[in-house]
Amino acid sequence: MKTNHLNLTFSSIAENVSITRVLIASVGAQLDLALNDIEELKVAVSEAVSNAIIHGYQSNPNHIVYFDLDIADDSLKIVVKDDGCGITNIEQAMQPAYSTDPERMGLGFVFMQSFMDDLQVESTLEVGTTVTMIKHLKQIPISSH
Amino acid sequence: MNLEKSIERLTLLLRLDGELDMHTASKVRQAIDVEIEKRGIRTVILNLQDVRFVDSSGLGVIIGRYKKLLPLGGNLKITNVPPHIYKIMELSGLPKIIKFYVDEAQAYEEGRGA
Repeated sequence: MKTNHLNLTFSSIAENVSITRVLIASVGAQLDLALNDIEELKVAVSEAVSNAIIHGYQSNPNHIVYFDLDIADDSLKIVVKDDGCGITNIEQAMQPAYSTDPERMGLGFVFMQSFMDDLQVESTLEVGTTVTMIKHLKQIPISSH
Repeated sequence: MNLEKSIERLTLLLRLDGELDMHTASKVRQAIDVEIEKRGIRTVILNLQDVRFVDSSGLGVIIGRYKKLLPLGGNLKITNVPPHIYKIMELSGLPKIIKFYVDEAQAYEEGRGA
């Protein structure tokens, strides 16, 4: 697989979440990932982008979400960034069942963590949040170790 | 997301077709809440056979309707869940809270007799 880079910036509206899922599913298919892995990537991306819109921008549609994909030989890196309000306490926000909204289950970060090999969250109040997720790609098995 | 509604006495059957995320969740929320409030619906059966995607926003709307119905003496039932959707639901712990049925007939059947 050649290295590849994709970058999408889009308005912070709910309709755009499904567009990022279409994009990650196409990339996953090009990488020959199993259908199950593609489903998981779609959920992880959906959570990160939804968080940026709902929490980062507090559902205000007049902002921009940044979505970056970096495809290397051995990994797929997904970066979702917003210039929103930031997270007061990242550790607390990443706890299962932590949600600022009773309608939500507080599972966004749980799904991201479960479905990706690595998850990093950087956030500064009133500056924004960057979520970086990495999925390791299996090399063509000449020798895996 | 397409919604097909049918109402029989105090039971609302909703067949969902599409992807259940933060965008479509609000449509589903409104569709159910309006029937609870205006018609006094107490049992909601969600047929998820044609749901192709769900994330935590989608699960949130389901658990939210369940929490709304419970204090009203109502119930929410889920039927026809595709396997890949069930996997996400299982990870969330939803099947421990909400009852799943193979099909609509089974969901209707329970609670109708005795």
